Amino acid sequence: MEHFRNPRNVGEIPDADGVGTVGNPVCGDMMTIFIKVKDGKIEDIKFKTFGCGAAVATSSMVTELAKGKTLEEAMKITRADVADQLGGLPPIKMHCSNLAADALHSAIEDYRKKKSK
Amino acid sequence: MDYQAGSPVDPQVMEAMTPYLGTVFANPSSTHSLGQEAKAAVEDARSKVATLIGAARKEDVIFTSGGTESNNLALIGMATRSREKGNKVVTSVIEHISILNICKYLAKMGFSLKQIPVDSQGIINPAAVESSISDGTSLVSIMYANGEIGTVEPIAEIGRIAHDHGALFHVDAVAAVGKIPINVERENIDLLSLSSNDMYGPKGVGALYIRQGTQLRPIILGGGQERGLRSGTENVPGIVGMGKAAEIAAQEMERESTRLTEMRDKLRKGILDSIPHSYLNGHPTARLPNNLNVRFSYIEGESLVLSLDMEGIAVSSGSACSSKTLEPSHVLRAIGLRHEEAHGSLLFSMGKWNTEDEVDRIIELLPGIVRRLRKMSPLTPKELQV
Repeated sequence: MEHFRNPRNVGEIPDADGVGTVGNPVCGDMMTIFIKVKDGKIEDIKFKTFGCGAAVATSSMVTELAKGKTLEEAMKITRADVADQLGGLPPIKMHCSNLAADALHSAIEDYRKKKSK
Repeated sequence: MDYQAGSPVDPQVMEAMTPYLGTVFANPSSTHSLGQEAKAAVEDARSKVATLIGAARKEDVIFTSGGTESNNLALIGMATRSREKGNKVVTSVIEHISILNICKYLAKMGFSLKQIPVDSQGIINPAAVESSISDGTSLVSIMYANGEIGTVEPIAEIGRIAHDHGALFHVDAVAAVGKIPINVERENIDLLSLSSNDMYGPKGVGALYIRQGTQLRPIILGGGQERGLRSGTENVPGIVGMGKAAEIAAQEMERESTRLTEMRDKLRKGILDSIPHSYLNGHPTARLPNNLNVRFSYIEGESLVLSLDMEGIAVSSGSACSSKTLEPSHVLRAIGLRHEEAHGSLLFSMGKWNTEDEVDRIIELLPGIVRRLRKMSPLTPKELQV
């Protein structure tokens, strides 16, 4: 609830190095994560979410977990990590934590793809 | 403001029920005077319910355990009885989940089901009913009003059409009873479901009105109470409570419905005027006095509900995330909303103890809440981002 009340890192990064979007409005959950990468570390990270309380909280939590980490460490952040750090989620809301972790990984992959061009 | 989910019992109702939980505990079927006292209380409650809905005789009302049971008795009791007439049942797409699931069961039993669509405001067109009825239609079941979007249906006309074709007409009036005037005689209704907890009575008791001459097969068998139609020792305290609730509803209906309509419309205007990209779900005037259902683009309902809850305001939403099945409300989809529109909906259902101050407070708080959620959403267009 705390992460819903006061979500961290809400916003966009206009010149982001990597952007990952998962979910879609039809499902009722959609998250976009923006990352800025420097020296192989996530220097800055922001998110935008359309979704329920758990969706907002898990996006906020994943950005908090990923900020400052290396890309390898961030790729290792799992859905379970996000849920655990929030103190657990009701089973019906676990798919929200899935989306958050997936969005982060998708942003990292987007960065790697862009870099390799 | 979530009275449609659960409402308190009126203190006058609790007072009326108390003796029947303690001193007047006898079985209404007993011959002795203690039993007769309980029986008299049941019959008195029956009269009060009959009066509320305009039934010709109090005997036309039988007590059940609630709206769901009444719906089961009406449809299953009727269908199995009238198979000779025909095995077609006509209903609508916005019915309560109990009707929808009972109809699924009837379909498995070999009945043929026709579901009438609604227009974008939730109104069922009587012409659509007319074209769906055939000679083999034994039953038409349409709700009096929808508890989610508030739309009140043209019941009398639909009833007339059902009768013109020799079909019986059942009305699930759970959302409407006690809020707007209902007259089963004048409105061509053969069967009417109602429940106690939707009019500030206790939960666990309801009623089914059965027009004289309509034959039903009971679904709960046993000692033959309620003219053989609903066996089981009567829930005397519950029934007494329902009767008292019906009496109060009849007395207060005109005043309450005026008060609630004013509050509802003030809230609607306050919200739609101050928040961009906000829309009404349901019909603006053919609507339950206490119901306001609105939707907001680009944001999701459960997070709206949580945000309001943090301010001490309880409401509900038709979004997928806020439902047990993770599907958005079938009613919102039936009025043509896209998934993302259904997800952004909010339902305010007001009741006796809501005040105008509360309405004012919501009008004050909601724009800020919507702005905050829109700032977080990837769907919000740039011009709304401020």
